[in-house]
Amino acid sequence: MSRARYKGAEAGSGTFSGAGFAVKLVLIALVDALGVFGVLAAWRAGSWGILAAMVALLVAANWVYFTKRALPLKYILPGLAFLLVYQVYVVGYTGYVAFTNYGDGHNSTKEQAVDALLVQNERRVEGSPALPLTVVEDGDGELGFAVVEDGAAEVGTAEEPLVAAPDATIDAGAVTEVPGWTVLDRATVLQRQDEVTTLRVPVSDDAADGSVRTQDARTGYVFQPVLEYDEAADTMTDTSTGVVYTPNDDGQFESADGETLPVGWRVTVGFENFATAFGDERYAGPFVKILLWTFAFAVLSVVTTFALGMFLAMVFNDPRLRGRKVYRTLMILPYAMPGFLAALLWSGMLNKSFGVINQVLLGGAAIPWLTDPWLAKLSVLGVNLWLGFPYMFLICTGALQSLPGDVYEAARIDGAGKWRTWRSITMPLLLVATAPLLISSFAFNFNNFTLIKMLTGGGPRFDDASVPLGHTDILISMVYNVSGLDGSAPRDYGLASALSIVIFVVVGVISAIAFRQTRKLEELS
Amino acid sequence: MRRSILLASALATTLALTACGSGEPSGDSSADADASAKPSALGSLTVWVDETREAAVTTAAEAYEAESGVDVEIVQKNFEDIRADFLAQVPTGEGPDITVGAHDWLGEFTANGVVAPIELGDKAGDFIPVSVQAFTQDGQVYGLPYAIENIALIRNTELAPEAPKTYDDMVAAGKKAGTKFPFLIQSDGDKGDPYTYYPFQTSFGAPVFEQNDDGSYRPELALGGENGEAFATWLGEQGDEGNLSIDISYDIAVEAFAKGQSPFVIGGPWMLEQFKDLDLAVDPIPAPGDQPAQPFVGVQGFYVSAQSKNALLANDFLVNYMSTPEAQTALFEAGGRPPALVEAADAASEDPLVAGFREVGASAVPMPSIPEMGSVWSFWGVTEASIISGKADDPVKAWNKMVSDIEGALG
Repeated sequence: MSRARYKGAEAGSGTFSGAGFAVKLVLIALVDALGVFGVLAAWRAGSWGILAAMVALLVAANWVYFTKRALPLKYILPGLAFLLVYQVYVVGYTGYVAFTNYGDGHNSTKEQAVDALLVQNERRVEGSPALPLTVVEDGDGELGFAVVEDGAAEVGTAEEPLVAAPDATIDAGAVTEVPGWTVLDRATVLQRQDEVTTLRVPVSDDAADGSVRTQDARTGYVFQPVLEYDEAADTMTDTSTGVVYTPNDDGQFESADGETLPVGWRVTVGFENFATAFGDERYAGPFVKILLWTFAFAVLSVVTTFALGMFLAMVFNDPRLRGRKVYRTLMILPYAMPGFLAALLWSGMLNKSFGVINQVLLGGAAIPWLTDPWLAKLSVLGVNLWLGFPYMFLICTGALQSLPGDVYEAARIDGAGKWRTWRSITMPLLLVATAPLLISSFAFNFNNFTLIKMLTGGGPRFDDASVPLGHTDILISMVYNVSGLDGSAPRDYGLASALSIVIFVVVGVISAIAFRQTRKLEELS
Repeated sequence: MRRSILLASALATTLALTACGSGEPSGDSSADADASAKPSALGSLTVWVDETREAAVTTAAEAYEAESGVDVEIVQKNFEDIRADFLAQVPTGEGPDITVGAHDWLGEFTANGVVAPIELGDKAGDFIPVSVQAFTQDGQVYGLPYAIENIALIRNTELAPEAPKTYDDMVAAGKKAGTKFPFLIQSDGDKGDPYTYYPFQTSFGAPVFEQNDDGSYRPELALGGENGEAFATWLGEQGDEGNLSIDISYDIAVEAFAKGQSPFVIGGPWMLEQFKDLDLAVDPIPAPGDQPAQPFVGVQGFYVSAQSKNALLANDFLVNYMSTPEAQTALFEAGGRPPALVEAADAASEDPLVAGFREVGASAVPMPSIPEMGSVWSFWGVTEASIISGKADDPVKAWNKMVSDIEGALG
């Protein structure tokens, strides 16, 4: 697909004829069709942001591929579009959430919170009977309920309380016909279900008697609201106690004496999340330890995997070795395994009493691989070494094979030994090629959540800390825990986003510095 | 000229795509469009279920579809994902109309306003009381219960012909049987398993939270104090003696019991599948303390989304179709969890094993559904594990630190 598009782009930029242009036409037509479909779908769903973005992208795509002036864009537009959608938007949204209190108790919009509070606080009147119910409509199209109470039919609407309807026909316990009213069939009821479920028919003129509502259009019950929402004043009133609740800055209804109603909504809270992230004393001690371990883990992971990978690459690069291809294929196997699966397998194999390592390899030893703080760290590094060296092996093999032979010849003529050649020629040249990958590997391991979560779950726990964090927790798994995403605390997406941004800044700064250093390396060669 | 070809082909493809798109019964955003486009379709319901319940719910849904002409779309999800996804998706309007779930999610669901109450009316009386009670908060019912599950003592009758009366009896009988383990109870490494260990804890009179008269919990810790310390001391002793071990995971426990390496295992009905070849009995869990050993009872049920556009259908489907003995029995047969509907439970109790679990469940306590419970789990299990493994030298000190840590987390 992408190759075809390139062809089309080239042909299109040159001449306006030939098979290339036809291919381009078809592809663009396809993209446009998909785009217009997306726009229509967004229109229907009322997602205006998505709609605007899609229109902009569509216009950009058509302009780029039909103008003669945007040759570079023809190549990078698809990548740019995906970058915008999958990276920039996600980062932007995370940034936005970091400044809100999105989380448990502040899960949705105010409107929904009001709805939820009202529906949760509408109580069935105690001892009231279940009323067989029929949905009816008067001449003006207004809905009403016809119910049977004690064998007698009654009809009413939202405006008119229930009144007896002695001439109604009752069949099998429910009203089937009322003069002056049309009984709605099931299909019509379902089409108007929103109206039906929100309809409240007062039992009498006295509001304190409650009103009939139904959830399934078959049976009605008498309900009485406990909370009432005053839209104009934007307040909630508890009808049983008379307490008035007003909205506060945290996105909750609060009474005069500070009591809040349970369901809140999302509001922006400024830098509060960042303050919380660094303000909780219980996290201060563990945080330093975890930060240090995160750096140690990321650096050591890169160093060990690179060392082993490079060593193996050099060994298998020796033409005197037979069956190199077979060995190389075997070396890459750990890389082909999904990381989380491998971590799970290893956590089983390292089990103190039943794991293969202790039972079979070490003849029944009871080494606490995953439960001793230092051994657990060693295990994490070991498993990551096993997982990561094939990657380093691959890139080092590639880099080694592209090293020029003449410099080695020159070294030999100058009388350099093997160690000297490796130190002064192989290593620097290899680093030029692999340094950017080492930096990305560092960034990856800095946030290697899967390994930690699957292998140790962060354990063993700190004995002296009062928060559920452990010796092998890294920053990202700490974020997962602190913000309650693992279920051990109230969920707080705002806090999680704020902490993620902090980690993003840390990794970004380190990577930027490292890239600067790499440039020096390139100048050397 | 060429532009017009382009326009024409783009239009044609769009039209074709739109046609395909609106043909799909994919609920949510296109549901309203469907309803207006095809007056014959009465709407559609989206139901989230997990793998073990899919077949049974599909059967009930087909019956409902046939009778009411409504499309029911069953979406299969991982049970572990449902809780978080439901919380995240309902407010966006993309969530389902109905989801399967456990009763202990209720506190979080109501605090976030994502579930709507269900009026069971007189049908409430047809259910085993604890099941409706578990889904009740502040006098409102929020879910249709369908299954009750709890753990009990599963006994291999060949190795141990009699039910043990006390914990010591059980250990003695297990040692007499000469098997590799006197009895089996699962743990999860250094994370522990407070759910499975809970009956031992209650026998020392140290429940996790204070309970109100109506069975609901209030967020006041009750697992500390003298009773909690006695339990901690006992855990330490049993760990030293080797009766309890944190290295016995669920898989190891099930496999060992299936191989006849122990006469007893403490576990739930979900294990029975693996023990088909054994002669079994299900007994109450023997108490190491002086009070009865009460396990947690968990209730499974269906929740209705607070943002459902098909609330009428959703309630109709649950209250009038999923509460029938046929539907509840089908769910029982699919998942092996004893039904919550009395009539279906009675039928299922013909199996002595199901009856055994039900009997233990009758005296069990519901798992707390208050949101504070989330903060308890992670401290609780790890502390138990560290006491059992001997990592914590002083069980009482470790237990008291746990209590103060939980209090710190609750704020």
